[in-house]
Amino acid sequence: MNPVRKRRLILIALVLAAVGVATGLTVLALQQNMTYLYSPSEVEAGHAPAGARFRLGGVVLEHSIERTRDSLKVDFIVTDRIRQLPVEYTGILPDLFREGQSIVATGTLQGGRFVATEVLAKHDETYMPPEVRDAIEKAKHVEAAGAAPAASTHAAQ
Amino acid sequence: MNILLLWFHKLGSPPTFYRLAGLLLPWCYGIGLVLGLVALYGGLVLAPRDYQQGDAYRIIFVHVPTAWMSLFAYAFMAANAFIALVWHIKLSEILAIASAPIGAAFTLIALVTGALWGKPMWGTWWTWDARLTSELVLLFLYLGVIGLNAAIEDRRQAARAAGFLALVGIVNLPIVHFSVNWWNTLHQGSTVRLMGPSKIDAAMVWPLLLMALATHIWFFGSVLMRARIALLQLEGGKDWVRRVALDEGAGND
Repeated sequence: MNPVRKRRLILIALVLAAVGVATGLTVLALQQNMTYLYSPSEVEAGHAPAGARFRLGGVVLEHSIERTRDSLKVDFIVTDRIRQLPVEYTGILPDLFREGQSIVATGTLQGGRFVATEVLAKHDETYMPPEVRDAIEKAKHVEAAGAAPAASTHAAQ
Repeated sequence: MNILLLWFHKLGSPPTFYRLAGLLLPWCYGIGLVLGLVALYGGLVLAPRDYQQGDAYRIIFVHVPTAWMSLFAYAFMAANAFIALVWHIKLSEILAIASAPIGAAFTLIALVTGALWGKPMWGTWWTWDARLTSELVLLFLYLGVIGLNAAIEDRRQAARAAGFLALVGIVNLPIVHFSVNWWNTLHQGSTVRLMGPSKIDAAMVWPLLLMALATHIWFFGSVLMRARIALLQLEGGKDWVRRVALDEGAGND
């Protein structure tokens, strides 16, 4: 390789390495600071900002959804399977909102209750036809024969 | 000089590239279009409904391939920019600049289809999570490359300056790809994986992969088309361009 091109190659490699290291350090720093959401356990431990809006993430507890008859108000419990937090929300819920579904709620903590102004459903990366899901459920039931019915059957309805 | 290098040099010469690209072009567009239509039919009609989302999930047959293409086009652009910066090869400069608007279009489609799906499924058009934000940054990088290239008068200097921006911006690619693993995002993780089993049923995955193949082929057709035009503009006064103009002019009569 002729010396001019070699010099250019080294220069560009150095620039790329420098930018790469800078980005890597930024990503590392952001990983510690950038929390998109807090879990009910973290809220209970007092990590969530008090009196300010934050995002609460977790799973909608089975059998916890209560709808009001004459308004759009919905009460439910969000859990990370360790701690639970009651949530209330008034508005239209996304299609994927159901029991056992991961959700992200934005709002404030008011006296032990989380008052949400926005509820987003988090979708997982699994895609399958309903028949396959039924087959999996059936297989699970056969495996857990005799034991209490699996919670996931309720989530499916 | 060995044969491979010689062949490479020949391919890099504008008249040879112009002729070869002209031969490949109709095949790229034709095969890309046919595969794309088959994939669209497979995805929208043949594939079964999803157990949770029903028919709404079918937007992934457009969303996921275009999102992959937004990354692929950027990698292609940056690789060409690298060659252009080190070896000052004219054709690489042209290929890098030619892929920028195509990549930007794929990125825009990925963002828009994601928003259309996000409103009914998540409950919002947009959220500032790591995946969505880094994909938006990718769009701005493409626009920056296009803008910088257009702002400088001298075509070859413009291509190298824009190429430098494209090259530096490559640090964003791993961020887009790994954002769903590194941070708590609303966007779901990868469904189709190179390593390990995919999280999608076989009846749904074939139209997705076929569409990905179709968009890649279409991308190359599109790049060749833009590169041919850019070559003619750059080499305007040269003999081979005059010959091309005379030949094609005669052919059209």
